[in-house]
Amino acid sequence: MVWRRIARNLLDGPATEPPGTIPEATTRALAAQLDATAQPRLGRSLAIRHVDCGSCNGCELEIHALNNIVYDLERFGLHFVASPRHADVLLVTGPLSRNLREALDRTVEATPDPKFIIGMGDCAVDGGVFKGSYAVEGGIGAAVTVDLLIPGCPPTPTQILAGLRALLEANAAT
Amino acid sequence: MSGLAQNPASTIIRAGAAMDCQPWPRMLLRQEAWTVMAAALAREPGLALIALWADPTDIHALFVDEAAGAVLFASVPVQGGRYPALSPTRPGAAWYERMIADLWGHTAQGGTDGRAWLDHGRWPQVFPLATRPGPAGPAPEPPEFLPTDGQDLHQIPVGPIHAGIIEPGHFRFTAQGETIARLEIRLGYTHKGTLSLMRGKSPRVAARFAARLSGDSTVAHSLAFSHATEAALGVEIPMRAVMLRAVMAELERMANHLGDIGAICNDASFAFAFARFGFLREEILRASSFAFGHRLMMDCVIPGGIAADLAPGGAETIAQALASVEAELPALIRIYGNYASLVDRMATTGVIAPNLTAQFAAGGYVGRAAGRQVDARRFPSYPPYDAFPPTIPVLITSDVDARVRIRLAELTDSARLTQALLGAVAHGPISVTLPMGSGEGIGVAESFRGDAWHFVRLEGGLITANFMRDPSWAQWPLLEAAVEGNIVADFPLVNKSFNGSYSGVDL
Ligand code: SF4
Repeated sequence: MVWRRIARNLLDGPATEPPGTIPEATTRALAAQLDATAQPRLGRSLAIRHVDCGSCNGCELEIHALNNIVYDLERFGLHFVASPRHADVLLVTGPLSRNLREALDRTVEATPDPKFIIGMGDCAVDGGVFKGSYAVEGGIGAAVTVDLLIPGCPPTPTQILAGLRALLEANAAT
Repeated sequence: MSGLAQNPASTIIRAGAAMDCQPWPRMLLRQEAWTVMAAALAREPGLALIALWADPTDIHALFVDEAAGAVLFASVPVQGGRYPALSPTRPGAAWYERMIADLWGHTAQGGTDGRAWLDHGRWPQVFPLATRPGPAGPAPEPPEFLPTDGQDLHQIPVGPIHAGIIEPGHFRFTAQGETIARLEIRLGYTHKGTLSLMRGKSPRVAARFAARLSGDSTVAHSLAFSHATEAALGVEIPMRAVMLRAVMAELERMANHLGDIGAICNDASFAFAFARFGFLREEILRASSFAFGHRLMMDCVIPGGIAADLAPGGAETIAQALASVEAELPALIRIYGNYASLVDRMATTGVIAPNLTAQFAAGGYVGRAAGRQVDARRFPSYPPYDAFPPTIPVLITSDVDARVRIRLAELTDSARLTQALLGAVAHGPISVTLPMGSGEGIGVAESFRGDAWHFVRLEGGLITANFMRDPSWAQWPLLEAAVEGNIVADFPLVNKSFNGSYSGVDL
């Protein structure tokens, strides 16, 4: 059964979609930012560590989708790692609940420099609908310097991929 | 007195003063009657505690007796900051009592666990939902875990930030060699103060928060919240909205089942299934996005109906996605059962003792894999499922394998149901305007995880009190029980087979 299906895929071609375009403006802005801070470049492959700072889990569903065979994240040299110590990029979701502030601080500390911090989802941008609650800090910017924001509730896999690839391009540009 | 003492708890609740709440009255008990009722629960195992919550003056408990076909809703006034605990006779009440103490400051007298739950000592105030919240206490203390005694035990602390792409929580394992002797779960990290944000808002505005209680169940929670609101206001919604809501709910169920079954197989290193199930999930999400404008259908179900009509061609797009699922599913189900190395990881792993699933009133695949024939679409039921009844699969082995097989069976049934629903969608309006009314209501919807219940109190069109009960409340404590005696390396598999929502219970 399995082999038959795999054989059929060989004939039909992969389910993976062709890579879309990379947002140029974002890439340029990111590259300029990197030049300004004289941050060392990391090359064409980035290890990403996801950090949930109180999301509703909607953002996580779309991060998961990046790993399905349609988006196939790894073909771009991007992959998720299990520890911040292995990461180049922190992909942070959620409005930064106060109960997770210390966990975020410690994760950032555990991530070796140079590192990039991406805020993903409206919650991470400014708290989203949870802005103003006693229990959230209202976006991850309250705790960390953010290199890139990917808004959306949740952003689609295509939007997340565009952001990640812009970072990859900016990082590779010399 | 002796008459009262012998009465089952349900009779005592029924004898309370009926307050207006739709569709089930809220029975107000005096503290003495509540105390007797709490003790009498021991003799009435069929009366399941679904949820326990509070407002600044009262405690509320929601019970279901499936066999008797009854939903019972009881309240008791808080006196001197206290109320009689339910946890001695309903262990599932313990987390609720801790949550109530943290959010409202009411103490459960005689409760089995007095430790803090949602309040980790990081908020600028204490008792945030009380009429007058208090100032924050001193710096947070390290959490207290249950003591463990025994030879050669060691502890493994995991989280709150986990290794995978999942929500945050802390798991404290006590292990003996490879074997888990005890797991204690500490949650509350994702607490966002959602209930406080909903107060003072109109149902339409507050619906955005219900939709974000747990993103994977956004349709189900929007639906339960809408049901509660519509019941409180006595509103009937157009048939077209009823049908399209059900289509969305079934799409959500299928998308989650597909994603999770793939992920469980991946945890057992079966990449083929992960690839195929993930592909089918993506097809469902794309069809949902095309038909309703959002991949997860967030904010698509609103109090009064639905936010936007089905897009032109939407029905055909959904039908195509369903056809892909139905074409491939039988083969995938066969493959799942045929790989001995896969089944070997799943079967007899993470078994829950049968009495516990009943005690905690577990719904969804956790309950159904343990012999409980429960489904909110069947009981208490809501339209259109009275006319389109789901088939409810039940197994009794209560292991990872049974939970997967229940979900496989539900996938097949949801695909069938969705097709039937789509074929019967009526023409007409998709929503009604809500009156600026007052009232109390309870709503329920079956999410992919199980029964989601919402309570709403409206005054002059604005929310003055509410609660949202995700099915995970009943499932997390069972995960603690299910992993006992399993090896640490099987924990991810068992955990994934439950897939409790963190955000859903952290509120
Ligand atoms: S941005 Fe939206 S989807 Fe993402 S965590 Fe926040 S509420 Fe959930």
